[in-house]
Amino acid sequence: MNIPYTVEERPDTGLTNGKFGIWLFLASEVMLFGALFSTYILLRVGAEEWPHAELSVLLGTINTIILISSSVTMVMAWASLKMNNWGRHHLYLALTFLLALVFLVNKYFEYSEHFAKGEGPWHNTFFAIYFTLTGLHGLHILGGMVVMAYLLGPGAGLWKRNPEQFTNRIEATGLYWHFVDLVWIFLFPVLYLL
Amino acid sequence: MHSDPAEVKKSVRAYMTVFVTLMVFTVVTVAASRFHFAVPIAITIALIIAAMKGSMVAGVFMHLSHERRAIYGALLLTLVFFIVLLFIPVLGYLDRVRY
Repeated sequence: MNIPYTVEERPDTGLTNGKFGIWLFLASEVMLFGALFSTYILLRVGAEEWPHAELSVLLGTINTIILISSSVTMVMAWASLKMNNWGRHHLYLALTFLLALVFLVNKYFEYSEHFAKGEGPWHNTFFAIYFTLTGLHGLHILGGMVVMAYLLGPGAGLWKRNPEQFTNRIEATGLYWHFVDLVWIFLFPVLYLL
Repeated sequence: MHSDPAEVKKSVRAYMTVFVTLMVFTVVTVAASRFHFAVPIAITIALIIAAMKGSMVAGVFMHLSHERRAIYGALLLTLVFFIVLLFIPVLGYLDRVRY
């Protein structure tokens, strides 16, 4: 049995099921990260002292630039499909995957440096919330990369069988990816600069 | 959202404008943090810039500026619960401080 409304829009929502589904998922993600931001506020308001300049602003800035760039390549991957340019789509999606990988490599170096200095999540409250927030965000990056790898590899065949459905899948992946970028846009100043 | 290729082509220009603006705002955020403002002012500046950047990502890249009503409805409900989530622990903390 085929899944309904993957290409045509549902009459009641005016959306495909996939698109409405990803938005509802993102709503649940807002609550997940919201709970952790709320925890951060509570910990910070309750702390007598809050550490400053514990993290490398340079690495954080580079990672911000990388994620913003990846958001652009992601939206361009979708726009290329809409303009029926498969080659350009493939290039942009591969670039997005690569940028995500560079982000994680940077994060690995950042984490390694802290662990080498004994600054793990157990070190103090700041590092506990830092590792929780960035670790969860990193897992989301990894999740996005798995989906992108599928769409670059085995999942790419759908473009020939059902181009509209494939475009919708790229759109849903893009929505998720922009959300991951959006979370980082708030994480960066909160953890690195304030 | 746009589905016509000609419309999408026009949107590409908007994506590039947002990209450049996001980069500029990132530099501004980092530069502002070097000024060592008082903590409440620094937090306000950083969060205002972050909110502006976030709304550009959501509005343009995620096409929220022209979406269906069902999505707005779901997000409005989420926003209400998100605000409650952010403020209830703070109110609880203030309560403990008072008594």
